[in-house]
Amino acid sequence: MKRLQLLMGMPITVEILDANATEADIERVFAYFRSIDETFSNYKEESEISKINRGELAEEASSDAVKTILALGEQTRQETQGYFDIEHDGLIDPSGIVKGWAIFQAAQLLKEAGFVNFYIDAGGDIQVAGTNNGHPWRIGIRNPFNRTENVKVLAITDKGVATSGTAIRGQHVYNPHQPEKPIQDIVSLTVIGPDVYEADRFATAAFAMGKRGIYFLEQLAGFEGYMIDYSARATYTSGFERFVLSDDKIS
Amino acid sequence: MKKMVVSAILIGIFVLYCFLHAQAAPVAIVPTATPTSRSSSSSTATPGTTPTPGATSPSGSTYKNGTYTGNVADAQWGVVQIQVVIQNGKITSVQFLQYPNERNRSVQINSYADPILINEAIQAQSTKVDIVSGATDTSNAFIQSLSNALSQAQA
Repeated sequence: MKRLQLLMGMPITVEILDANATEADIERVFAYFRSIDETFSNYKEESEISKINRGELAEEASSDAVKTILALGEQTRQETQGYFDIEHDGLIDPSGIVKGWAIFQAAQLLKEAGFVNFYIDAGGDIQVAGTNNGHPWRIGIRNPFNRTENVKVLAITDKGVATSGTAIRGQHVYNPHQPEKPIQDIVSLTVIGPDVYEADRFATAAFAMGKRGIYFLEQLAGFEGYMIDYSARATYTSGFERFVLSDDKIS
Repeated sequence: MKKMVVSAILIGIFVLYCFLHAQAAPVAIVPTATPTSRSSSSSTATPGTTPTPGATSPSGSTYKNGTYTGNVADAQWGVVQIQVVIQNGKITSVQFLQYPNERNRSVQINSYADPILINEAIQAQSTKVDIVSGATDTSNAFIQSLSNALSQAQA
């Protein structure tokens, strides 16, 4: 059973392969994302985050979920040499950590309900559980220069995959006929991690590091990364290839 | 006694290693690239309706014909502005007038030697996939600006 809804400004897809899955099970996942949006959205005036940013709500008086996110944001800031920071210009924008955390929590809801083979995809950040009819889930890494193409196909079981980047910008900048143009930045960084929360926060932080991000990931145990730069070249971590499904492996 | 000497040597090596490592510590440099000014790009933008002259709305359709420009929406790394074209009550084109084109945050670059990682040209794959991972940084702002443009087009 597979359902898609547009929530939190992005398409969220939930697919459960276990035969006993019902509409109500999937609806519970979407309801969870809606509650997260109500609490954390910067676009909703009545969200706790908006109230904190307007000075109407003290952080200490916020809900447990908000306190958890603020603490996780601070932990991530420390673990990423300050590259990850939910505070910008004195305002809190927790979206960089809420998304991965919410997908992970939603996947936990399904696990606790007894489901084994499923995935949750929220705007390209993905938690997979179990298998797709006995095979690892196949996750494509989208070409940042052409949204209809994948540039890698990954075979993933019980892990999280997240991509940080600016796909739209790439389309305008890419010029393969100007190889002499200095490469200043990266356009896309995909991270495979133990779960989607971990993959997402380190993808965000490593992307902010620019070309150094992939080396940061190389040093992190349990994480692999695939970075694409302006010149449409990719650099990947030493253990990344274990997860790659090449065309010739499939007959 | 022998143990003491060995321990002392080990500690000495460790201290020396720490010292050398500290000397070789990453040096933060401020990037020279200056992002295109966010404030100027958003202030020059003129959000609002620019309907095509002579546009008419076919009866029964959801949107009025014309070209509509959404508001400038703040994405995490810059601003996004959308323009939609409605023909025969249907969206025929969605265009980005503005999109984040520079990082707004200063980035520290470390100068120590990098390990060698594998590098390749990206290549389209033909294998069918179950799920696709890609960037969504600008999606929130995209939807905000798009819904703004579409609300102007409401019949």
